[in-house]
Amino acid sequence: MAETLRHEASHDTSTGLPNTKLAMWLFLASDCLFFGALIASYVLYRGASLTGPYPNDVFDIPYTSVSSFVLLASSLTMVLALSAFQREDPARGRLWLVTTALLGLTFVGGQAYEFTTFYREGLSLSANLFGSTFFVLTGFHGAHVAIGILMLLSLSAMSFAGKLPGDQSFPVEMVGLYWHFVDIVWIVIFTVVYLIPTPNPT
Amino acid sequence: MTETQVEQRMEGASARRRRGGHPSPKEYVRIAIVLAGITGLEVAVYYIDAVRDFLIPMLFAFSLIKFALVALWFMHLRFDSRVYARFFAMGLAFAITLFVIVLLTFGVFAR
Repeated sequence: MAETLRHEASHDTSTGLPNTKLAMWLFLASDCLFFGALIASYVLYRGASLTGPYPNDVFDIPYTSVSSFVLLASSLTMVLALSAFQREDPARGRLWLVTTALLGLTFVGGQAYEFTTFYREGLSLSANLFGSTFFVLTGFHGAHVAIGILMLLSLSAMSFAGKLPGDQSFPVEMVGLYWHFVDIVWIVIFTVVYLIPTPNPT
Repeated sequence: MTETQVEQRMEGASARRRRGGHPSPKEYVRIAIVLAGITGLEVAVYYIDAVRDFLIPMLFAFSLIKFALVALWFMHLRFDSRVYARFFAMGLAFAITLFVIVLLTFGVFAR
């Protein structure tokens, strides 16, 4: 703790903490509310659809589990990237950043395939309450992942070009915070949306 | 404590300071293995009929542990200033309050 405080105290701000990091945490706190509202809407309309397809008709748990493992793995590669930049090993750091972006792309690609499959099975944004709440919630999460991928690729490109500022690990840490947040939101979505069974209306 | 042990401790502390007080790559890998194990368990209990009655509390417990591990270790809330943790906890508290109010208003718990 004392070590951390010494590290943070080097920032010349009224709090002694970097403002960018405070702003990032504040943004993540506000994003909790955003996803909280979307998850509440999904739970509110669970099992309230009058017509199919219903969750049990379309969900493929083994497939989504693999996607979850991929996103979890990307969180590991993200912290390994940060660790490499902190050890002043930018080459390895860039490798982990690109790996994280590729894992993120795999997740988004998997989600696009899942959405397409669901659509072919008759589930669309306007098909029923399940379709509306499911696509809005998971779609916004997918958009967050896509933005994260752009941030990771931009960061890698800037590092390659030598355009990252003095302490190269700081921007990596900020992007990392965003990326892990996207991961913890998926942890909740995977449980609430996919694993908790929703009975079909009788 | 021997001189070698003191040197090793000092080296360890110095490496940790270089990482901004954050964990080592080995610690990150250990956490990731635990996370993968819990995810495996989540999927496994989904298919086990014997635990059907406890499925929802179990899934919530697994989800909470995973959430905490990522936030505390990967997002460094355990190692960084507590101000960040307070910011995040505030957002989470608001989100959970909003969640509960919406569900109570529409009588979801009474269904």
